[in-house]
Amino acid sequence: MKREMTGAKMVVQALRDQGVDTVFGYPGGAVLPIYDEVFQQNDIRHILVRHEQGAVHAAEGYARSTGRPGVVLVTSGPGATNAVTGLTDALMDSIPIVVLSGQVPTFMIGSDAFQEADTVGITRPCTKHNWLVKDTDRLPVVIHEAFHVATAGRPGPVLIDIPKDVQFATGTYSGPKAMQTHYQPAVKGDAQEITELVAAMEKARRPIFYTGGGVINSGPAASQLLRELVDATGFPITSTLMGLGAYPASGENWLGMLGMHGLYEANMAMHDCDLMIAIGARFDDRITGRIDAFSPKSRKAHIDIDPSSINKVVKTDIPIVGDVAHVLEDMLKIWKARGRKTEAEAVRKWQDQIGVWRKTNCLNYRNTDKTIQPQYALQRLEALTRERDRYVCTEVGQHQMWAAQFMGFEEPNRWMTSGGLGTMGYGFPASIGVQVAHPDALVINVAGDASWLMNMQEMGTAAQYRLPVKQFILNNERLGMVRQWQELLHGSRYSHSWSESLPDFVKLAEAFGARGILCTDPAQLDDAIREMIEHDGPVILDCVVEKHANCFPMIPSGKAHNEMLLGEAKTEGAIEAGGAVLV
Amino acid sequence: MSALHIKRGATSHSAYNLRPTFSDVEERHTLAVLVENEPGVLARVIGLFSGRGYNIESLTVAEVDHTGHLSRITIVTVGTPQVIEQIKAQLGRIVPVHEVHDLTVEGASVERELAMLKVVGTGDKRVEALRLADIFRASVVDSTLSSFVFEITGAPDKIDAFADLMRPLGLSEIARTGVAALLRGD
Ligand SMILES: Cc1cc2nc3c(=O)[nH]c(=O)nc-3n(C[C@H](O)[C@H](O)[C@H](O)COP(=O)(O)OP(=O)(O)OC[C@H]3O[C@@H](n4cnc5c(N)ncnc54)[C@H](O)[C@@H]3O)c2cc1C
Ligand SMILES: Cc1ncc(C[n+]2csc(CCOP(=O)(O)OP(=O)(O)O)c2C)c(N)n1
Repeated sequence: MKREMTGAKMVVQALRDQGVDTVFGYPGGAVLPIYDEVFQQNDIRHILVRHEQGAVHAAEGYARSTGRPGVVLVTSGPGATNAVTGLTDALMDSIPIVVLSGQVPTFMIGSDAFQEADTVGITRPCTKHNWLVKDTDRLPVVIHEAFHVATAGRPGPVLIDIPKDVQFATGTYSGPKAMQTHYQPAVKGDAQEITELVAAMEKARRPIFYTGGGVINSGPAASQLLRELVDATGFPITSTLMGLGAYPASGENWLGMLGMHGLYEANMAMHDCDLMIAIGARFDDRITGRIDAFSPKSRKAHIDIDPSSINKVVKTDIPIVGDVAHVLEDMLKIWKARGRKTEAEAVRKWQDQIGVWRKTNCLNYRNTDKTIQPQYALQRLEALTRERDRYVCTEVGQHQMWAAQFMGFEEPNRWMTSGGLGTMGYGFPASIGVQVAHPDALVINVAGDASWLMNMQEMGTAAQYRLPVKQFILNNERLGMVRQWQELLHGSRYSHSWSESLPDFVKLAEAFGARGILCTDPAQLDDAIREMIEHDGPVILDCVVEKHANCFPMIPSGKAHNEMLLGEAKTEGAIEAGGAVLV
Repeated sequence: MSALHIKRGATSHSAYNLRPTFSDVEERHTLAVLVENEPGVLARVIGLFSGRGYNIESLTVAEVDHTGHLSRITIVTVGTPQVIEQIKAQLGRIVPVHEVHDLTVEGASVERELAMLKVVGTGDKRVEALRLADIFRASVVDSTLSSFVFEITGAPDKIDAFADLMRPLGLSEIARTGVAALLRGD
């Protein structure tokens, strides 16, 4: 299909041809021609955010909850620079995002024109790839390539910078089929390596699956195959923060999240295993703790689509480059063909040992009936929502970790959180993106008071589009996670880690025409949560919680998995010199 | 109050340096990277090295295939085996990168660099400079009564050696192209 049209029309046509139904954006001078085209059509819905950072996080929420790329439209200069945090967030968490930015006309580039910024220069390190399009004929080709790059291999954000004269000029449109690219990451793993892994699985006495966001990235088939493999082998499985939901929390072999704030049994099993099968997980420092003490006795297999993830941090014995679903399919096939062997007796003993660790009951906390403990709040939220068609987002901090610990995810793509960059302000706009994609679902953002304020302007977006997002704010009037580190590391000198002058969240909600609920009493919590769920519209539930709760278990920076802190025991000085320089 | 005993300088390093590497021995590798010749591609490669704290000892780039719009970037870098592996994998992730070759491990290769050296002086020193240039097969590409510009091609250490000899003889300026390298044989 070849047709003459303006660059601006091409943008809309290309999005349509890519199957895009929603764009999150904010207009400005350099994208007016595109906005004019958006105005004159009905196929693509535009959601007007209140800040471009919000647009990218909303697109991330949309992408993570649907498996399809999120699309963002912003103007030049400040529009593009406001998108940078979101781009970096998406890059760290491997989320496919396509950002279209306006640029000053080609003949003014380099002249410090009004609202000019070197957008491709600024976003080069925070995108998977980016383009400045100077020729209208190239525009559709680049857009189609951009969607391919964002979604192929390890997903990530891309940006297309489009000068205003290119939007006005007429050129020849070409459809997605015209795209040519040499960028074709391999998806099938090496059969020999896979066979070696299967052989190792057959002999393993203390095996563990360590899974991550790559399973979610790979799509629903990957989660399905993972479940089949885990249940057929009976091997225990843990996951990173990013991989929650790939294997169901109610599953028999589920150990819970691992890592710095992961479960004791998961971390101990990682430490003592003899075969670690890492699947779409990148050995983040939140997982490994002290590298030289990380799972010292195990052979390690690593399945990852990005060769740079393998051997980056931890030396791998069996590296398999490929897509999770493809590799798991082959693994299952080979394992079955070789007679479905495992060291069943040894694995049963291993499960028994894990059962002993589990008895530590590491998530135990002291509940009271005077103040709401944050853990209790999340337990109640979980209990009252788990049967529903539910999506959970979070901000960043203690509440995020508690949500990961106390909420259970049965399906992939139901848990949206900022893991790699740890971006406060992610959760609220992300919840908006999720709700746009799933209008009838229950979408909850588990937030901290400080994080939530970072993108609170998006109340306007939620109100305008009547998005019934539930903002569940665990209000401890503190920058809780920072306060915890100051207690552990800096002699309880709480430098600037409390939230002074917090708004009245109920009035704030009402100011936007939303529902606000205040809850301070554990006895009223269930009713408050029910009211939040039942209200047909955006809600802020200001859940005032214990101010000084710490998030445990915790592996202090620079320590090994088996040196976890389990509770309020002696925490001061728990992080030593070597660990103190780490974040 | 818990005292912190942080090793001096520990915080001035990136987190990468806090990680134990698999082998501490640093190696010098010559990489040949075939890239699409599009705007910004060199910035991507250089940004990768600076952003991740890798070393660049030398870097050359020029278009080698006009019809295919391909450029060849030759990078000499130094790092532990693990870092070298990472560099190659990271280069491979850059979308316009077509091929990454490690000439140091893929077989015997030849490396050449071109340099021009300006040597200023008169009398004995001038004579000696000319004599040494002859031994190194450097040619004179410009001369005045008090200066020469020599052109020399060779492996980088040959150029280093030549420059060292010229220094006491009045070396005033040096321009080097950086290394170009190819695998030997077919
Ligand atoms: C305050 C805070 C505390 C945290 N504490 C913890 C903690 O206790 N525990 C924890 O787990 N995390 C924690 N995190 C998150 C942590 O920082 C990392 O984001 C997370 O551990 C990384 O998850 P991942 O290894 O699954 O990798 P991801 O970032 O999800 O990366 C996915 C990996 O899979 C690969 N991949 C992508 N697609 C595919 C595919 N199709 N096929 C194969 N491979 C693919 C990628 O190349 C990559 O290597 C915390 C974050 C914050 C902000
Ligand atoms: C944009 C940004 N700035 C700073 C930080 C550092 N930081 C991490 S957690 C945290 C405190 C979060 O407080 P709150 O949102 O109230 O959550 P809580 O930890 O109290 O649950 C801060 C400041 C960050 N992660 N992101």
